[in-house]
Amino acid sequence: MTEPLLEIQGIHKRFGGLHALNDVSLSIKRGEIYGLIGPNGAGKTTLFNVLTGLYQPDEGKFTFNGKDLFRQKPHVVVGSGIARTFQNIRLFANMTAKENVMVGRHVRSGAGVFGAVFRPPAAKREEAAIHARAQELLDYVGIAARHNELARNLSYGDQRRLEIARALATDPTLLALDEPAAGMNPKETDDLKKLMEKIRKDGVTILLIEHDVKLMMGLCDRIAVLDYGKKIAEGVPEVVKNDPRVIEAYLGVAPE
Amino acid sequence: MSSFDSMKQSRTGALVGFALMAVALVLLPVLFGKGLGNTWVRNLDFAMLYIMLALGLNIVVGYAGLLDLGYIAFYAVGAYLYALLNSPHLVPLLQGTGLEWILGPSIWIVIPLAALVAGSFGVMLGSPTLKLRGDYLAIVTLGFGEIIRIFMNNLNHPVNLTNGPRGITLIEPITLFGHSLGKPLHLFGLEIPPLYQYYYLFLALTMFIVFVSIRLQDSRIGRAWVAIREDEIAANAMGINTRNVKLLAFAMGASFGGVAGCLFSSLQGFISPESFGLMESIIVLSMVVLGGMGHIPGVILGAVILVFVPEALRDVINPLQNALIDRKIISGKIIDPEVVRMLMFGLALIFVMLLRPEGLWPSKRRRAELHPKTDDIARQEKDSVADAERNHD
Ligand SMILES: Nc1ncnc2c1ncn2[C@@H]1O[C@H](COP(=O)(O)OP(=O)(O)O)[C@@H](O)[C@H]1O
Ligand SMILES: [Mg+2]
Repeated sequence: MTEPLLEIQGIHKRFGGLHALNDVSLSIKRGEIYGLIGPNGAGKTTLFNVLTGLYQPDEGKFTFNGKDLFRQKPHVVVGSGIARTFQNIRLFANMTAKENVMVGRHVRSGAGVFGAVFRPPAAKREEAAIHARAQELLDYVGIAARHNELARNLSYGDQRRLEIARALATDPTLLALDEPAAGMNPKETDDLKKLMEKIRKDGVTILLIEHDVKLMMGLCDRIAVLDYGKKIAEGVPEVVKNDPRVIEAYLGVAPE
Repeated sequence: MSSFDSMKQSRTGALVGFALMAVALVLLPVLFGKGLGNTWVRNLDFAMLYIMLALGLNIVVGYAGLLDLGYIAFYAVGAYLYALLNSPHLVPLLQGTGLEWILGPSIWIVIPLAALVAGSFGVMLGSPTLKLRGDYLAIVTLGFGEIIRIFMNNLNHPVNLTNGPRGITLIEPITLFGHSLGKPLHLFGLEIPPLYQYYYLFLALTMFIVFVSIRLQDSRIGRAWVAIREDEIAANAMGINTRNVKLLAFAMGASFGGVAGCLFSSLQGFISPESFGLMESIIVLSMVVLGGMGHIPGVILGAVILVFVPEALRDVINPLQNALIDRKIISGKIIDPEVVRMLMFGLALIFVMLLRPEGLWPSKRRRAELHPKTDDIARQEKDSVADAERNHD
């Protein structure tokens, strides 16, 4: 398959005088794990917010799976197959783990007020399927036993996993993860790496923001580097790692 | 196998409990009427109306987390709709227009119509407030409630639609299967007075509304409401069309209010804008908060308490003051019992809220929120992403 899954061109996003994204273009192929790195404040999360419809870009082009998603609303974006997690975990804290995942099924189900109140067979079937799929996904990310626990009472690592399960519940083609390993210990990070590999193997393309260089090098097929809102490098991990502009962006000095 | 048995057992247990409750609910007005007098049957009728209102507001405030201070407007819409269609007031206006047939419609039409019209008003209120939250939303909805009341007060010219502050009189009672609830009903040699008949009708509709509330709560829609309450941005990012789902909450909540308004109008036989002031909105909100936001049994309890306690205080305070004066313990004029009553009532509310901020009978979720078991790791940082919505559209 030659046509990229996601393609953005010349994306700009300004916050007042701050040029948070400056002419960013990139394309992600089906089935790859695409990494996004850069110093803090480089604009990585802003790019995620643009890609998921939470922010409206000022200019540019954004197509996904052959569909124009430029300045589309989040529910349209999710419906088209992009799901995400948040850098600062944003679970529905007072819902159970399972309910959190069930909310993720909203976009793939359709029962309205009538279905809810009178429960015709179709609505019943749909509801049962939502329950089953939610439990399945909790199992998939490895927290099935905690399905009845309120999200706020889960451990930090489990909350990260729950966010992934909730995102997967929307049946995404592209899963965007914003620093999923932040705050995890090496063991948890390793488990997370395995989980991401499993997700990719099951046919979901992954866009990943992460600071852990070792993790990124071992996991990503390609990496793009953002600095001050600009893409300064892109390529396979080995090449990006040795790119002088990247080293400069991270160390603040040009390499010898 | 054994789990199936125990399930069956708990099912019979539930059935027995249910039957007992049904008998109690049927006998309740008789007990109240014989023991406490007819005013208390009336109070019972009002308790039902307020349960409906509180459950409606609970959808907006309790489930979707949208603070609505103008909720009583929907009660007003339902009440005026019923009154206009079931009183002589519109007769001169409609004369010769060929529209007289709209008057005196069957209850099977009026009640759904009231739900529908009030629901549309809910959407009307909801749409300009979608971007607002918390205090801002409260202010705008408060304004909406007042606007509706002021309209009712002033729509007596150029065309006399609402009869202004004088209100609408001579409203016909509901007619059910050819029998007017305004007349005593003779059944099995028993005479059932109107107030009792209203109670049974209100009870039936209240049960229907409880049923709808329960069903909505355990549904895709109910989960979407709670998700929005918990974290609107995350809900948005999970593909919930937050605009539509919020509007649906406003519409559903309002439709319950419209139904209650209809019934109120029929029971009273007279309505005026005075019955739909801000204080009423606040009382319904107090019922929801006092009982336990988002928890159906709690909300019902809140409504019952806030209807009965002030009435009970009325029955106690007057005789008490008189007795004290007779015995010369206090001297002089009686303090207006209404003042004392509201004072005690206000103090009681403050104490309950201080001691149990989650309400008297809260849901598991809300209790967890106010008394977290562990340190709140997932505390939501309403950080830069919070600006997302403002960026939207
Ligand atoms: N909603 C916003 N309003 C104003 N400035 C913002 C907003 N969101 C992000 N920014 C700014 O944009 C820049 C990029 O931020 P961000 O995308 O979060 O960086 P990263 O995720 O790469 O650390 C930062 O300077 C940040 O302060
Ligand atoms: Mg970030």
